[in-house]
Amino acid sequence: MYKLQICLRYLRTRWIAMASIISVMLGVATMIVVNSVMAGFATEMRERIHGILADIVIETHTLDGDPDAARRMQEIMEVAGDYVEAMTATVEVYGMISFKYRGQVITRPVTLIGIDPKTKGEVSPLVTNLASFTSGRRMGLALQDDAVEGCLVEGVLPGSSAHTAGIHAGDRITRCNGSPVEDTKDLASRLKNSIDRKTIELEIVRDQRTLALNLPVPSPSWTLTTEARSHRRMLVELERRRLEWNQPQQVVPASGSQPIPQTPQPTPQPIPPNLDAPPAFPPETLAPPPEIDLSPAVPPSARSLDAFDSPPSHPGEPFELADPADPLPAKIFIGAGLIEFPIEDKETGEIRIERMVLAGEDVRITTVSAGRPPEPRHFTATVVDVFKSGMSEYDSNLVFCNIEQLQQTRGMIDPSTGDRAVTSIQVKLKNFEDADVVVKRLRAAFPAHIYSVRTWQQKQGPLLAAVELETGILNILLFLIIAVAGFGILAIFYMIVVEKTRDIGILKALGASRQGIMSIFLGYGLALGVVGSGVGVLLGLTFVYYINEIEKGITWLLGRKVFDETIYYFPEIPTAVSPMMVSCVALGAVLIAVLASILPARRAATLRPVQALRYE
Amino acid sequence: MSTPQQTPQPSTDVSQQARDAWATAISSPAPPDATLDHPPGTATPRLSCIALEKSYRKGELIIPVLRGVDLELEQGEFLSVVGQSGSGKSTLLHVLGLLDAPDVGEVHCDGRRIDNLKERQRDTLRNRNFGFIFQSYHLLPEFTLLENVLSPLAIRHSTLSWWRHRKAFREQAREIIDKVGLGHRVKHRPSELSGGEMQRAAIARALIGQPRVLLADEPTGNLDSSTSQEIMSLLASLNELQQLTIIMVTHDERIACHAHRSVRLDEGRLETVRQAA
Repeated sequence: MYKLQICLRYLRTRWIAMASIISVMLGVATMIVVNSVMAGFATEMRERIHGILADIVIETHTLDGDPDAARRMQEIMEVAGDYVEAMTATVEVYGMISFKYRGQVITRPVTLIGIDPKTKGEVSPLVTNLASFTSGRRMGLALQDDAVEGCLVEGVLPGSSAHTAGIHAGDRITRCNGSPVEDTKDLASRLKNSIDRKTIELEIVRDQRTLALNLPVPSPSWTLTTEARSHRRMLVELERRRLEWNQPQQVVPASGSQPIPQTPQPTPQPIPPNLDAPPAFPPETLAPPPEIDLSPAVPPSARSLDAFDSPPSHPGEPFELADPADPLPAKIFIGAGLIEFPIEDKETGEIRIERMVLAGEDVRITTVSAGRPPEPRHFTATVVDVFKSGMSEYDSNLVFCNIEQLQQTRGMIDPSTGDRAVTSIQVKLKNFEDADVVVKRLRAAFPAHIYSVRTWQQKQGPLLAAVELETGILNILLFLIIAVAGFGILAIFYMIVVEKTRDIGILKALGASRQGIMSIFLGYGLALGVVGSGVGVLLGLTFVYYINEIEKGITWLLGRKVFDETIYYFPEIPTAVSPMMVSCVALGAVLIAVLASILPARRAATLRPVQALRYE
Repeated sequence: MSTPQQTPQPSTDVSQQARDAWATAISSPAPPDATLDHPPGTATPRLSCIALEKSYRKGELIIPVLRGVDLELEQGEFLSVVGQSGSGKSTLLHVLGLLDAPDVGEVHCDGRRIDNLKERQRDTLRNRNFGFIFQSYHLLPEFTLLENVLSPLAIRHSTLSWWRHRKAFREQAREIIDKVGLGHRVKHRPSELSGGEMQRAAIARALIGQPRVLLADEPTGNLDSSTSQEIMSLLASLNELQQLTIIMVTHDERIACHAHRSVRLDEGRLETVRQAA
């Protein structure tokens, strides 16, 4: 009985014990916070990789691809049909992209991925990465930051999904998917993270009334948004006027024998800016035209519709544009990292993102043909959308193109049968836990010298392994913090034993046994460990729970952003608390505290009572 | 002081009684309210030692402290051991109270050798049979007077049985504290008590386990003469009213005269100064 009493009394009256408790507490709290944030980031990163890839990827070793995709997909269904939820065929090939920016031609290496947006969207979340979706344009919303809170709806496109859902101009969006929205940036992050959702839940404020509305998540498609269309139309108009200005004789019908190569559709009569298909809302509010025609440094030709003075790239397949705003047959989603860079405003010092290419403009794409030897092929494509996954590796490298165009350009269509070749098939499983079984079956069915069958994790193995290694090393380092706390306990306990030598003698004189004395100090260590790690767990979990508020507080305090969501593209700091990790950390801390108290406790127990009593 | 506790019941079968007492003292934990009965000490001495030798080692030097000490203490006897400081009085007391082990010789309690018991058994024996009083009181500073007095019982009992009987124990402790005249200071810490009060508290603590022998090491060493007299009269009355066996070590002849019998420790040997009247 006395052991417990003495433990408690020592704990209550020894201020020095507080030092041990605090050191254990801080160690535990730090470990929990760091682990949770790292796990959160890792989970988020995995989700992003997974979002671009699919559960299982079947690739051919050669860039020429598999000549019969339809048959291959049928085989997959035969082998593992029970597990498969969706499949999409893609063509992956290296290429280059060229576009004009401020009078210079910029060429960058890219990975071209030919996709069918519909099936690709079923396999992995594609639409949530598109800028037109995260800005609300794809749903027909024109948004701007509200002075009070949330996003102000400036306009709604008639017939759009937002219009159908019942959103009106003048509404304020205050919540999205259950989380509060402060500005358009915030809303973009929320929308981006609506992966695996069928609908977007919005809460809007209209005339002081709060309404809950649901918007369907649109499927990715190659259609231009109204904004991109008006931008494109304006470019056509600018180009036409430029030509008129520079070569007035060309508009004279007498010289009509010479074709006008620069314009995709020669329009004999001048077009008023909004003659056909008037925009749903005035372009000056919805789509402020880029400053191309204002800056003297950028001649209008720099953003000419046809980036390079060449005719449409497929002479064999002539096309007619009904509307100058219609995209070319080749359409792409371009990675944001390829076309944007941060620029510092010299006057205000603010950093803004400069986009070199906007949706609706045309770029030139060069790639290689299938077959031996590969030959360069190029075509002009319209940028339909910009995608930003948050993985810089993808954003600065990937260009999604419509698969038909890529197959045609590369000569992957068998002229006799019409079979289309693909280089990889991406498979989404009903349950990712079955991935190993499916991979095994597919490997058995597809010869390894032609195909490689891998899960997305195996494909991204080195990156994931690096993250895991990093987490491991960080954990070891952090655990050393607790070990340091352990040595602190050791020192403090020695001190207490020395200080309490006389008391130990008294207890022995009163009949306390060696084990009893030992258990007092072991129990004391245990108590310190339990209290320290208990408070530490609480502190750590609270910190993790309020990490974004804390981040805001620090940002306010420092006047500088600690966690810039535009860099990471997370709406907030991601955290993932695993009960396993928390209990391991807490138990580890308690164990260290007990281990550290063993030595002093032994010393106390082996003190001879006479010696201890003499100690004054 | 106040009402005396129960007086020991005389028994006919001495050896049987002693054996029973041993059984309760050493092996099984006695029920807390069961008072240890005191077998009459006529047949066997309560506490005795034979040819005790003890020396201390100081580096290479060996300092003999006890050189063959024989001592017998009867039940209900009040013995004082006098001697100069450094003569080994405290060592003798520690060896008798099993706080220290003799180099040579034997210690007997109720006719049974106790110095060669296992450590665990010695601890139990100390808790049940001996009450210690020290010169510098040795109270636990973190605990109140009541808790200090209760500590021998807390050590004796497991947590469970402590909880079951805590009210009885507290009652018992209050009774003893009243007896030593500290009823009004139950909630005070040792640092809030005077020297005399602390020594009374120490006596109360020594008494609560109902020991067979009270071992007092210079109980008045740190006290002024009038307080010393109070403490001594308290000890004398305990001895008289409760037949408590007391062995007291002191260097002060005036204090020693309260005892029935006085022995002097000189050069590691005992000599009788004054025989019991």
